[in-house]
Amino acid sequence: MFKDLFQKKKYATVPSVSQAPAASERPKREIPEGLMNRCPKCGNIQFSKEWEKNLKVCSTCGHHSRLNALERIAMTLDDGRFFEIDADLTSEDPLEFPGYKAKLEQQKASSGLKDAVVTGEGEIGGVPVVVGVMSFDFFSGSMGSVVGEKVTRAIELAAAKKLPLLLFSTSGGARMQESILSLMQMAKTSAALAKFQEEGGLFISVFTDPTLGGVSASFASLGDYILAEPGAIVGFAGRIVIEQTIRQKLPDNFQTAEFNLKHGQLDKVVHRKDMKAFLTKLLEMHVGGGASDGQ
Amino acid sequence: MDNKLPFEGPLSEQRRKIDHLKKVGVEQNIDFSEEIARLEEAYKKLEDEIYSNLSGAQIMHLARVHSRPTTLDYINEIFEDFIELHGDRLYGDDLAIVGGIAKLNGVAVTVVGHQRGKDTKDNIQRFFGSPHPEGFRKALRFMQQANKFGRPIITFIDTKGAYPGDSAEARGQSEAIARNLKEMALLRVPVICVVIGEGGSGGALALGVGNRVLMLENSIYSVISPNGAASILWKDASKADQAAEAMKITAKDLLEFGIIEEIVPEPKGGAHLDPVRTAEAVKTAIWRHLEELSGMTPEALVEDRYRKFRSVGKFAAPELV
Ligand SMILES: [Zn+2]
Repeated sequence: MFKDLFQKKKYATVPSVSQAPAASERPKREIPEGLMNRCPKCGNIQFSKEWEKNLKVCSTCGHHSRLNALERIAMTLDDGRFFEIDADLTSEDPLEFPGYKAKLEQQKASSGLKDAVVTGEGEIGGVPVVVGVMSFDFFSGSMGSVVGEKVTRAIELAAAKKLPLLLFSTSGGARMQESILSLMQMAKTSAALAKFQEEGGLFISVFTDPTLGGVSASFASLGDYILAEPGAIVGFAGRIVIEQTIRQKLPDNFQTAEFNLKHGQLDKVVHRKDMKAFLTKLLEMHVGGGASDGQ
Repeated sequence: MDNKLPFEGPLSEQRRKIDHLKKVGVEQNIDFSEEIARLEEAYKKLEDEIYSNLSGAQIMHLARVHSRPTTLDYINEIFEDFIELHGDRLYGDDLAIVGGIAKLNGVAVTVVGHQRGKDTKDNIQRFFGSPHPEGFRKALRFMQQANKFGRPIITFIDTKGAYPGDSAEARGQSEAIARNLKEMALLRVPVICVVIGEGGSGGALALGVGNRVLMLENSIYSVISPNGAASILWKDASKADQAAEAMKITAKDLLEFGIIEEIVPEPKGGAHLDPVRTAEAVKTAIWRHLEELSGMTPEALVEDRYRKFRSVGKFAAPELV
């Protein structure tokens, strides 16, 4: 019955990666604009078309460049088909924080997004899911009231429809300009997840580069399964703050996905090209016993 | 006694004048009593003026006064028969968190809070009240034990934030905080949280998912320390006072936002000037809320807490058609 409801949805087709706007890393000046891409990690220069076909992963060193929400949705959901929910929720300036309104407008213009998370429904390998994807190119993926509310509503939708929930996180942390309201979104999303998971709901959390602070220390760390992209920086405190506190230089691999895997903080590091297949496999493990089929 | 904050300078000045006049009066055997009474009157007026109109930044400085009472001070004043418990049973005993069981007006409760140090040595072993993951897990263990035995939970919040260290990260600082947020939401007993000093970031919230959240009049609660915000926003940590104003971190602000239920009054000039009286006020408030909550079923308590946090947030949404 839920499946029928779901099938009737009208889908918007998300542009494929090569058409998607606002690439997160722009080519350096000496490279012909748009034609070539230089890897920020190893410096390798590649045709942009090749690089995009490679899902923005460097063919030399494997560096996974940041994606915006629309790119991620396009490469994860079946046929890039996605029914967006709560698209019209936008941030206000409840504290009248100096410069916040202007910055919001500027972020909307530069990212083409209305806030730092996009939520909705789609299918992965034929399995219907509720999905939320954060975008670092909007306000460093920071969590304010809108991100907290949209994530919470996505959790509630997954609970109501008994669908698996999938969240791709990337965030610099809390939205300071919303101060305490921002902090409380951590409790709000976590409480909603508590309910959902108590009722048998399946939540898969995927860390992408970077996920820090309030997002890392709330819903993103509460997955029944926690995955990460290679090299993604995941942690609570930022490297600089920690280095200042302990008065020591931290190793290069500090807080990488691999570091977190080694320290027991996640289940698996999954290459971008394998992500969809892996998610499909994981989701299929829960069909006929997991959340998609009731409790 | 005179470790006053800069904005309290006029008071110190006035006090000096009064003391001087008293001294001269005694030395030269002159009766200044009328003059002294007039100056005392002016002192009171000045005091009212200063303390009834504190800015966010001034309150931040009061919240950080070194001699401000800590969690253990409140525990000792408010509860009877406190039994301190230790450890998370997983890794260690983080002294940045203290807690155990005690009686409140004869009722067994679990009490847990952040613990700052009283001096440098104490601060070092308590990491200045900034917990590692084992601290949050210790607190959660106490709370889940309370849940099992049907004891109400009282938490005291007083931290600049979770400890930013490499081993804290390796042991899952994010996971520890997130888990507390999730598990506190499911507790089937009354949970009352009191912000007594500085409530900083996720490290504070990890003890803060309560049915009732109270704040002392001169405490603060914010998503990031004003110093941290200033250095990120304006690349200048010395603009912490400005950030403190902009971020609206006082008890009054949070009451207006609907984040907290009550402001617990402090003696004029701050809790450190009269810890016993402050503790008395905290105890009265806790007890009143506990009585209100004690009539609720476990399910109603969970639902009440959920509704409180579910409703937080301000955003623009289109009208539903
Ligand atoms: Zn490379």
